[in-house]
Amino acid sequence: MEEKPKSKINLNRIDMPRQDPKVRAHNYNEVALGYTDEMAIQEATRCIQCPKRPCVAGCPVNVDIPEFIKAVRDNQMEESVRILKSKNALPAICGRVCPQETQCEQVCSLGKKGAPIAIGRLERYVADWDLAHKKEIKVELPPPTGKRVAVIGSGPAGLTAAADLARMGHKVTVYEALHTAGGVLMYGIPEFRLPKKVVQAEVDYVKSLGVDIQLDSVMGKLATVDELLEKDYDAIFLGTGAGLPMFLGIPGENLNGVYSANEFLTRVNLMKAYLFPEYDTPIKVGKQVAVIGGGNVAMDSARCALRLGADKVYIIYRRSRTEMPARHEEVENAEEEGIIFKFLTNPKQIIGDDKGWVKAMECYEMELGEPDASGRRRPITKQGSEFIIDVDVVVVALGTTPNPLIPSTTKGLEVTKHGTVVADEQSGKTVKDRVWAGGDVVTGAATVISAMGAGKRAAASIHEFLMGQKA
Amino acid sequence: MFKIVTSEKLTPVIDLFKIEAPAIAKKARAGQFVIIRVDEAGERIPLTLADWDAGEGTVTLVAMEVGTSTRKLGQMKAGDSLHNLVGPLGLPSDIEKFGTVICVGGGVGIAPIYPIARSLKQAGNKIISIIGARNKDLLFWEDRMKTVSDELIVTTDDGSYGRKGLVTEPLKEKLEQGKIDRVIAIGPAIMMKFCAQTTKPFNVPTIVSLNSIMVDGTGMCGCCRVSIGGTTKFACVDGPDFDGHQVDWNTVFDRQKVYLKEEKDSLDRWESCQCGKS
Repeated sequence: MEEKPKSKINLNRIDMPRQDPKVRAHNYNEVALGYTDEMAIQEATRCIQCPKRPCVAGCPVNVDIPEFIKAVRDNQMEESVRILKSKNALPAICGRVCPQETQCEQVCSLGKKGAPIAIGRLERYVADWDLAHKKEIKVELPPPTGKRVAVIGSGPAGLTAAADLARMGHKVTVYEALHTAGGVLMYGIPEFRLPKKVVQAEVDYVKSLGVDIQLDSVMGKLATVDELLEKDYDAIFLGTGAGLPMFLGIPGENLNGVYSANEFLTRVNLMKAYLFPEYDTPIKVGKQVAVIGGGNVAMDSARCALRLGADKVYIIYRRSRTEMPARHEEVENAEEEGIIFKFLTNPKQIIGDDKGWVKAMECYEMELGEPDASGRRRPITKQGSEFIIDVDVVVVALGTTPNPLIPSTTKGLEVTKHGTVVADEQSGKTVKDRVWAGGDVVTGAATVISAMGAGKRAAASIHEFLMGQKA
Repeated sequence: MFKIVTSEKLTPVIDLFKIEAPAIAKKARAGQFVIIRVDEAGERIPLTLADWDAGEGTVTLVAMEVGTSTRKLGQMKAGDSLHNLVGPLGLPSDIEKFGTVICVGGGVGIAPIYPIARSLKQAGNKIISIIGARNKDLLFWEDRMKTVSDELIVTTDDGSYGRKGLVTEPLKEKLEQGKIDRVIAIGPAIMMKFCAQTTKPFNVPTIVSLNSIMVDGTGMCGCCRVSIGGTTKFACVDGPDFDGHQVDWNTVFDRQKVYLKEEKDSLDRWESCQCGKS
């Protein structure tokens, strides 16, 4: 029998074991190792089950957090899985890549005392338990509604929308341009942060709900949104993400050895270039690599470069540490592994050798001025501060914008000057009849969980429309 | 999986495959390409469509065996399946009535120039085709090109068939002889560069098809970027057709060489594996 939770507040947040930095810097195995059963129960027992449940409101998909944690505490794992999955179709992914520190954990009642419940780690624990104990769980689906929905893009937004719509009895087909489902979860986030078998297992779960996933299907080319609406589908959800890389526009950017982070990570993750020549796709392994940018994608690129065998890997960021958009945890991981951070540094040009290869980068020193529109202090170039860093590979990780393929081939969609599709924030409804959109294609590059939240809300709105309650 | 309906050796190193892909065949237009992956460990490689048949539901690809991926492809037979086939990608070629158009196809570039010449012919243009190869053994589709051309000139570098010399020589003569409204050139980058150089003094619009190294082929990675008139473009979504007079050819040549070493290592490894098998 489990003891009743102690009323005394316990502020000993249980750490999650991680691979040793010196070891992990040379392998692609997962960095964070997950809780043991004991750790999970200990951490779950810390939750005071407060009646206000601020964590639920802090979660973009409103997972019933206290309930799934209580079930862990009581060692009712199947019940915990059921609670978690009723709101979140991809918990093993979210448990790993959600920025819990700015969402559920930020508002946790114990957070005020400096030790919020490790909700993300517990979510991962429950999801991994589910994957490890996979039983033939019959997913109970309502009778078919006879309605058909096409979801374009199989990233976090699309998979979530597809799962929810299928669970409401609709027939869902997901179209994916690449040869593997998962979108950014497959091509972008590296194996050591999100093992691909975890993604595969969650994709399989979505398929088990009756969702048909069509790979190798570039919509806009193979068929337009209008053709899909005319012929086969009652509604369409666009979850095409933000896949178009931004470059700096500085001299030398087309030299050999300069990659967009998208290309670098796609080669490594999706095409498994780290296993070259066993896998056919190559990647240029630099001795000295500069990654430009301060977000999670920059951290991922830098840590991949290190694992590929680079001697020195720099993060070049034009502001200071405080303004970095990357998750604190990932910055810390990168630092532990030996990534060199060059703050207040901005590239002026990339310098090539006579064969067209990168050999160095010229940078400016920067200083911070007044806050800009983003609320962060604006970086200002220090004139005459130029200096040279020797590098042979440069990865540009400055962000991405939506791919124009769908907007440019679809009549009647409204698109902003940033290339994002205009959609209602709550419902995801676009101005075009029977078309919804959500995730990065609407917001510009953001997080996995916010895309999932958008997919979820759009699915609810599509369902309402299909069932004739609202047009 | 995409089933190969027929395979044919056009030359000792150039293979033709007709592949089941009804959805792509329905949408394909001249100048577009597909990306294929031969097997699970394979690269994604772009191949410009050589033909398609919407009724039959097939696309036709022609590839030269140069590296591991195309050598693997070359071993495939009718009944085998490609792991992946995605398309149609890229913008179609501009097809309208220009007047007299010269279509130049060099080496394996004869394959993609064929449907473009055919479409241009159907649009009412007078088509002068110039096709060239290093020697007679590497030449193919002379018969097909004849059916879509008002005039066909064949060259080989060594003179083993047709006229001895490079495609640029008859190209220049034709430009000198009469009014040419447009030139389309597809082949090795160096050939396309010299074709563009040849037409430049005559001020004839010249289109080239850039077959850059690509990964996704949908604008996602930027691997295929090229500099066109000083602006960076992605061959996969902004092309593959570009104004040959605006292309920064040095960047094109440099970027083709990024993986020379890796390509060689990979091929050596593959070849030694093949020896073990036989």
